[in-house]
Amino acid sequence: MSSLSASAATPTPEADAPAVPVAVPNARAALLLIGTAVLALAVYYFIGVDQGATSVFGNDMHVHEFVHDARHFLGFPCH
Amino acid sequence: MVKRIIGRGLLAGAVAGLLAFAFARIFAEPQINKAIAYESGRDAAQEALNKAAGIPPDMADPDLFSRTVQADVGLGVGMVFFGMAMGALFAVAYLLCLGRTGRLQARTLSLLVAGGGLLGFYLVPFVKYPPNPPAIGHPETIQQRGSLYLVMVLCSIVFLAAAVWLGQRLKPRFGNWNATLLGAAAYVVAIGVVMALLPSLGHLSDNVQLYGRHATETPLPLTDKQGNIVYPGFPADVLFAFRLYSLAAQLVLWGTIGLVFAPMAQRLLQPAPAGPPTSATPAASGPAPDPVTT
Ligand SMILES: [Zn+2]
Repeated sequence: MSSLSASAATPTPEADAPAVPVAVPNARAALLLIGTAVLALAVYYFIGVDQGATSVFGNDMHVHEFVHDARHFLGFPCH
Repeated sequence: MVKRIIGRGLLAGAVAGLLAFAFARIFAEPQINKAIAYESGRDAAQEALNKAAGIPPDMADPDLFSRTVQADVGLGVGMVFFGMAMGALFAVAYLLCLGRTGRLQARTLSLLVAGGGLLGFYLVPFVKYPPNPPAIGHPETIQQRGSLYLVMVLCSIVFLAAAVWLGQRLKPRFGNWNATLLGAAAYVVAIGVVMALLPSLGHLSDNVQLYGRHATETPLPLTDKQGNIVYPGFPADVLFAFRLYSLAAQLVLWGTIGLVFAPMAQRLLQPAPAGPPTSATPAASGPAPDPVTT
């Protein structure tokens, strides 16, 4: 999970492959990453949270009821 | 390159979501149905008690979707979209780790980031607030439970990122192995403090007032005025099976994301020098060219 740059000393078959480049050096890429993350978090919110603890569609329960089983099974609080 | 990586993350996530859905449909649904049957029986028993005590019956919530729709379409849509969302976040994390986490192979990094996703999004929150099937969970506390769970997920992810950063910072001084252990230890301590500070669900004030002081919201036996049990507590085997399968589904999900993404990333970022020309990219040649061109 952390700095597991394993086997830096022992050569592997791909040891002479190019070093993995650092991504995200420019603003356009950063924007793309942020946009992706925001969209993904919105999906996460609608599957896991909306019309439970908070709701963007008021009292409507259609999203909640539709993904109900997934919500329980993915570990979100429900009911 | 960024777009391609994100696209592959989405693809891996969709495949993972489909597999997790198949797993859930086979293993989770029987447990969910048992939980719902328990809930219906308990509601009926409660109704009978209320009637005897002269309390008017509750208005039942209308069913917006049938159980079949919930179990087949709803569960499928939920799992696949969740898989894609996790695949997208996985790809973002992967791109942020690229080149910042030592000399890892592209595919090794894929497995590590997937492991981090499993840990941050599910395993660590599971320890404090494990998943519950229907019938467990008091409606009075849904807001608090929702917030507490999200706080747990947020802390677990932010601390994990901080631990990786810390490990990288400590690497020059302590070496790879020890820096990794120190980062892990810092994570365990920090998240342990958060877990100790956050309340158990049963200790929320609404629960203590209405149901007495218990550790969780898992339904206890229902008793009448004389203290005779008229309906049993929630079946322990169903709860265990539900949580075990929930955990297994997350292993399937994140394992699939890591394993499906790994070879694609390897081809994209570190194509074998003498290998057959697969999807050759400009990033393949030269020492670390700017990968963000597409
Ligand atoms: Zn529910």
